[in-house]
Formats: sequence, C-alpha cells, structure tokens
Amino acid sequence: MIVIVDYGLGNLGSIQNMLKRLGYPSTISSEQAVIEKASKLILPGVGSFDAGIKNLHDFGLWGLLNDKVMLQEVPVLGICLGVQLMCKRSEEGSLPGLGWFDAEVLGFDKRFEGDKQLPVPNMGWRNVEINRQSKLLTDIQENPRYYFVHSYFLNACNQEDVILTAQYGIPFAAALNKGNIYGVQFHPEKSHKFGFALMKTFALLS
Amino acid sequence: MRFRVIPVLLLKNAGLYKGVKFKDHKYVGDPINAVKIYNEKEVDELVFLDIEATLEKRKPDLDFLRSIASECFMPLAYGGGINSVDMIREVLNAGIEKVIINSAAVHNPDLIREASQYFGASTIVASVDVKKNLFGKYVVYIHNGKEKTTLNPVDWARTLANLGAGELIINSIEQDGTLMGYDFDLIKQITAAVSVPVVAAGGGRGVQDFARVCFESGASAAAAGASFVFQGKHRAVLITYPTESEIIDSISRYI
Repeated sequence: MIVIVDYGLGNLGSIQNMLKRLGYPSTISSEQAVIEKASKLILPGVGSFDAGIKNLHDFGLWGLLNDKVMLQEVPVLGICLGVQLMCKRSEEGSLPGLGWFDAEVLGFDKRFEGDKQLPVPNMGWRNVEINRQSKLLTDIQENPRYYFVHSYFLNACNQEDVILTAQYGIPFAAALNKGNIYGVQFHPEKSHKFGFALMKTFALLS
Repeated sequence: MRFRVIPVLLLKNAGLYKGVKFKDHKYVGDPINAVKIYNEKEVDELVFLDIEATLEKRKPDLDFLRSIASECFMPLAYGGGINSVDMIREVLNAGIEKVIINSAAVHNPDLIREASQYFGASTIVASVDVKKNLFGKYVVYIHNGKEKTTLNPVDWARTLANLGAGELIINSIEQDGTLMGYDFDLIKQITAAVSVPVVAAGGGRGVQDFARVCFESGASAAAAGASFVFQGKHRAVLITYPTESEIIDSISRYI
C-alpha cells in the first residue's frame, strides 16, 4: 500500500484523488503503525521548511521515515516541500533537513540579478529538460511541463542526482533521484496527463 | 516565460453565470460539467468565485468543492464568503489549493497575515476589484462591486503583498465581461508596485490580450471569463480554451 504521509501540511487529498483515478489504492496517514507497513511512501507538503521539519519530529515520524527509506529502502516520492525536506538544509529555515539528498534549498529572490527580477513565488507551468534518465521518467511525454509553486529551489551538490531541470530566471533542479529516493519540486497531482504519467510510473516502481 | 491562462468561473445558486461589469449575470451552464470540459482541455488553472456568498453571508459549499477537486487535476482556487482561518482550512481540506480573499481582507487585513503565516503565502490569494471614479481615479470596490471603499488599488495591492498574500488577482469592473481588452495601464501600475505574481482579470478576449497583459503589463497570468464561455456577437454559450501551441505562438512575438 502506498502511504501518503500526513504531517499536517499540504493538500493531500489531491494526490490520493490522482492515484485513485489511476486505480492505485493509497492511505493518508500520520500513524506510525500504518507508515511502518507501507510498501511505498509519498512525502507531500506545502508550507515552510522549519514547520515541515518540526512537524516530522512532533508527529514522531523522523526516525521511522529514516528507517523506512534508508534501511528498508522503500521507494519514496517527495513532492514540493516534501523533496525540500529531503535535502540537508534550506535558506528558508534553520533546522537540519532529512539529508537524504546531498543538496540544499536556496531562495530565488536573492539570486535574481539586476533587471532580471521575477515575481516570487515561481507559480505556473514550466517545461522541464531531462538531465539524466531515471526509472521515474520511464513514461515521460514529449515536451513535458508541470505546475510549480515555490519560492525556494533545489540545488544539488551532485549533478548525478538531478533527473529533471527547469528555468525560472535561473536554472534549477526540478526533480532528484538517488536509488529508491525520488523527489519533484512541481505538483504532479496538479499537472494533468504529465502528472498522471509520473504518478503511474511511481506507483508501478518495484 | 510561459504565462498562465486562467478561466474564472462565477458561481451563483449552484449554477455557472457570467455578466457584464459585475451585472446582468446570464446562466451559462452546470459547473461540474464545465469543470469536466476544462479538465479535458488541460487548462492551466481554474478560479471559482461564489459571487453571492459574502452578500448572503453564506459559507463555502464544501461538498461542491470536494466534488470539483476530485474531477480536477489542475490547480484550483476558490473565493467567496471566506472570512476566517478555520474556513480557509475547511476549503483547503476539501482539496482546493488556493483561497481567494477579497471583501474580508478590507474588513480585517490581519486575516491575510494570519492565513499566510499558517498556510503559506502561495496558498493565499488576495483579489481586488477596481473601478474608476468620476474623476478618473482608480478606487477599490468590495462585495462583488456593490460597495465602494476609500482605498487606492496600487496602495492596497502593496499592503496585501506586505501582509503576506502570495498572489493578487486584479479585476477591472468596467472591463468585466465586455471583451474589450484588459485595463493594461492599471495592471502595469500594480505589477510595478509588488513583487508577487499578479493575475489580470476583466476584459480579456483572447491569446493576444493574454500575452500582451503578461509581457507589456507584467502580469504572471491572464484570467478571463466571457472569452472562454461566449462565442460570437450573440454571446452563444460555448466553452473554449486556447491550445498549448496557440499560447506558445502568442509568446513568440515578445521574445
């Protein structure tokens, strides 16, 4: 069973709606006993970095998620704030992240130069480029585009971890993958057929 | 930059309506049916506004929101009758990504601050309805255009962004439903004053206008109503939406 981890932040129903439409059962849960039995995990989230990290601790999920992902190597998909929490740190907060990716999360606003100021958050549909093939991209369409909403972006230390890139004034990593760990900055659950393809691929991963 | 093109759907008595200058609303169909069509057309985003909820002091129809959220695989924003953090939570739990606050922000600006801190700025959209007064000065209106305030839209937009609104929808009442083009100058004044994304609304009549308001006036998204539901000079009801290649073509003259 795919478990959508509920740590108090984000619109979890829409992820479940998409999986349901695809025919894959899932559970939204914050209970340790349920997450313990998960065959796959989705770590969603909308909100601030420290609030997310703090909630993972407060919900008693920190150690459990580390065990599931790092020891049992259960496939996990981070979405939006979810993938940011998988990084080492974020400029948005001061708490250490899960550190599953050797990556940091940086703010757009500080990196726009001169007259290249763009509105923040980056909100809208952006095309992505494949940086490296990954199992998650098995069924990716031509000219893929996804819906993004974020003020902070992923900056991976290891380019091998970057599977998709996008541009918003500056280039940034749109999706990361290392072994059983996957993360996307965009919202597949809000990205029409492009999102369906990606979620289906994740649901079918073995 | 690929801008967003957003159909705005006005709700009233569980039906879908469209008017002219916030008046003379005509029934244009069943909202769930419209949502299904827009979903098939792979629209960028949908905005739902219950135009009578605040006037009738009604709460958002959560069952309706849940049913559209289970049909839609694109971002959804809802506005109408939202005036508390608890109500925002209920709307988000129904599966809506963004809530739109208009009149309540004027009555209680702290709501924007509280909501933004709690749910994140990108979830909180502030909407501003604007009309020119007799002297040609822009003034903010609330309660679906029925009540005039003393606020100047540029100052008010700046205040809303400072309070934590992650996005602003700027709607020109006099352009609404006319298919005469956006108030490009007003949008330009707003986008010059704030650093958050601005959605232009009111008067948009097709991809040329959408591209122009984004590239010349600095909007991040172009919203429209009449343009997506009416066809021809007799305003026959037909739900339409530009194709991806039409949107991309409209950008090409600016880059």
